Amino acid sequence: MGDGSTLEPEGPALQDLSASEIESILDAAASFKKSKTSKALAGRVATLIFSEPSTSTRSSFEIAARRLSAEVLGFSTASSSLLKGETLLDTIWNLEAMGVEYFVVRHEVSGILEELAPRTKASLINAGDGAHEHPTQALLDILTLREKKGALKGLKVVIVGDILHSRVARSNIHGLKKLGAKVTVCGPRALVPSGIESLGAAVSHDLDAALSGADAVNVLRLQLERQKENFVTSLPDYYAAYGVTAERLSKIPGCAVLHPGPMNRGVEIESAAADGPQSAILEQVSNGVLVRMAVLALIEEWRSHAG
Amino acid sequence: MPGNLVIKGGLVVDPSQRLEEVRDVFVEGGKIAKKAPEGALVVDAAGCWVVPGLVDMHVHLREPGREADETIASGAAAAAAGGVTTVLAMPNTEPPLDNPSLLSLLRAKAAIDAKVNVLFAAAVSLGQRGAALTEIFRLREAGAAALSDDGRPVMDSGLMRRALEYSRDAGLLLIDHAEDLGLSAAAPMNEGPAAAAKGLRGAPWSAETIHVLRDVALCELTGAGVHIAHISAAQSVAAVRSAKKRGLPISAEAAPHHFALTDGDIEGFDADYKMNPPLRSKADREALLEGLADGTIDAIATDHAPHDGAKKAAGLALAPCGVIGLETSLGLALTLLVAKKVIDKKRLVELMSAGPARLLGLKGKGSLRPGCDGDVTIVDPKARWTVPGSFISKSRNSPFLGMNLKGRAKATIVAGEVVHAL
Ligand SMILES: [Zn+2]
Repeated sequence: MGDGSTLEPEGPALQDLSASEIESILDAAASFKKSKTSKALAGRVATLIFSEPSTSTRSSFEIAARRLSAEVLGFSTASSSLLKGETLLDTIWNLEAMGVEYFVVRHEVSGILEELAPRTKASLINAGDGAHEHPTQALLDILTLREKKGALKGLKVVIVGDILHSRVARSNIHGLKKLGAKVTVCGPRALVPSGIESLGAAVSHDLDAALSGADAVNVLRLQLERQKENFVTSLPDYYAAYGVTAERLSKIPGCAVLHPGPMNRGVEIESAAADGPQSAILEQVSNGVLVRMAVLALIEEWRSHAG
Repeated sequence: MPGNLVIKGGLVVDPSQRLEEVRDVFVEGGKIAKKAPEGALVVDAAGCWVVPGLVDMHVHLREPGREADETIASGAAAAAAGGVTTVLAMPNTEPPLDNPSLLSLLRAKAAIDAKVNVLFAAAVSLGQRGAALTEIFRLREAGAAALSDDGRPVMDSGLMRRALEYSRDAGLLLIDHAEDLGLSAAAPMNEGPAAAAKGLRGAPWSAETIHVLRDVALCELTGAGVHIAHISAAQSVAAVRSAKKRGLPISAEAAPHHFALTDGDIEGFDADYKMNPPLRSKADREALLEGLADGTIDAIATDHAPHDGAKKAAGLALAPCGVIGLETSLGLALTLLVAKKVIDKKRLVELMSAGPARLLGLKGKGSLRPGCDGDVTIVDPKARWTVPGSFISKSRNSPFLGMNLKGRAKATIVAGEVVHAL
């Protein structure tokens, strides 16, 4: 990867970024706080391809691209038609032939972007692939923590919930570890994949023990259909053991609460915790636009250098 | 005369005769002969090993139904190129090979199309649906060489019990794809750190071992032989070893990809590393090496499973399972097992020829005794080669592309006919 100021056109997978590259994205994002808009992507077309519904990530990317003066082509997709990699590749090739250079892709299959990226000259930006990575979400989580806590080094961050199926968890582990934070993943054994500790995270199955001394807790959304597959016993049972509540937070007043949204209030998080003084959830949403602007602008910089 | 050969000056390795010495091998009228026949073609084997033709007891030839991926003709040609003279084709075709008339048709087709001996395993259950048994006696009469629902496990243990009783009565080996589908849950790779890192669900080793242990129990109950296909997990190897110690008629085969690679070797999301059972951990791979060496594992079989390129382009999560193996099997075994002294050349011949021939009850195969079939593989143990990007097989879904190997088949001889020569 480049010199730390620009990103290769595949867009970031946090696993592949260095600490300094992450810092430079965060710095670029912070700079957009003041300057709100730019002409960086004037004359470019960014296409959003989402094979899973996601109002917030999609809106966030769309606003980011527009603030950089790009034209935005929204793409409603029936997920079944794009499930196969080839169909998606055909779609990308077609749009590329029409002059589209940026594709923001959300797909339910882990690894699909790694398969597609080498086969197109356009830049693919990962808006979440299966349970693999959701890089911009982790970047905005980390930016939010940096604003709240200063440096990331030495922070104790707990990620709680469905680690097995979570791209947010994986990208956060990679990013946080690279910046020197200590990460604990917490959830029932059924939802914590064996071997996850090889990514450098500690593993806990006891939320109260994990939260002790935590500087931040990132609460993952529990897909309600997990219950049907017997990954959880019942939603109230899950809430009793792993719900982040105001009572649990009262023991750790310095702990910031993050959630990638959308929230299942009363399932993984209590409203009083989501909306309370320790919550940084709305800051995350604001930072999301800035981080996505930074990523798009840095990739554009790389593309113009690469000629 | 066709079928008359003198194979000259090679090191003959034939465990059935406790033989490992330089001598000539003669073939007359398609059979191994005691002395040189008149007017025979002379094949120079100096510097090479001359071994009984290799038997691969687990391949998928895709005919009928998926001829774009492979056919009996292309699969047999791939076998010949890999030094394999006999293959056992699995019945998970479209439609599945579950009735005597389809079997007769395929055997007739193989007799015309195939460069090597093609044997067929018939399905255990109708449509491989795991509900009702196939007509085992009529299938035997039609020439079935074994029984298997491979591609799927026999999930119902009651049905498996009956299948074993009938396979024993019919004298056919039952080959089981051991997998508890509830545990493996269609996961695309092995459970462990690599799956956790990629964000893919993993199938635990126990999905295989549970069925191996069940098969051991049913083997003891029925007295019927059970053969475990493509064994992949350390605990499964341990289960087979202890059952063998108790004298039970259980056997197992291992595939080259499982003794060559682990889940940590999977490049990104490349579906050419996807097969079922999946690549497992280092400890599992080491257990396979041990089992290959100590006799727990009886055969090396490729599970050759061709898929055309577009299907594999879907990536690790979505692509179908399976890799090709016929053209790389011998090279991998020579490079990773013999050259690394995991096994010696005699054991190699047992695993790749005599062992599978014995398990399938193939008289006249797996041996170079006079009177046996004139199926011979000439192995050049020193030939260095790189696995190319194109294959004789119609498909190229191999995780070994570009790998440097030492040793390969210099010539393949079936009933005294040279069907492949470098
Ligand atoms: Zn199988």
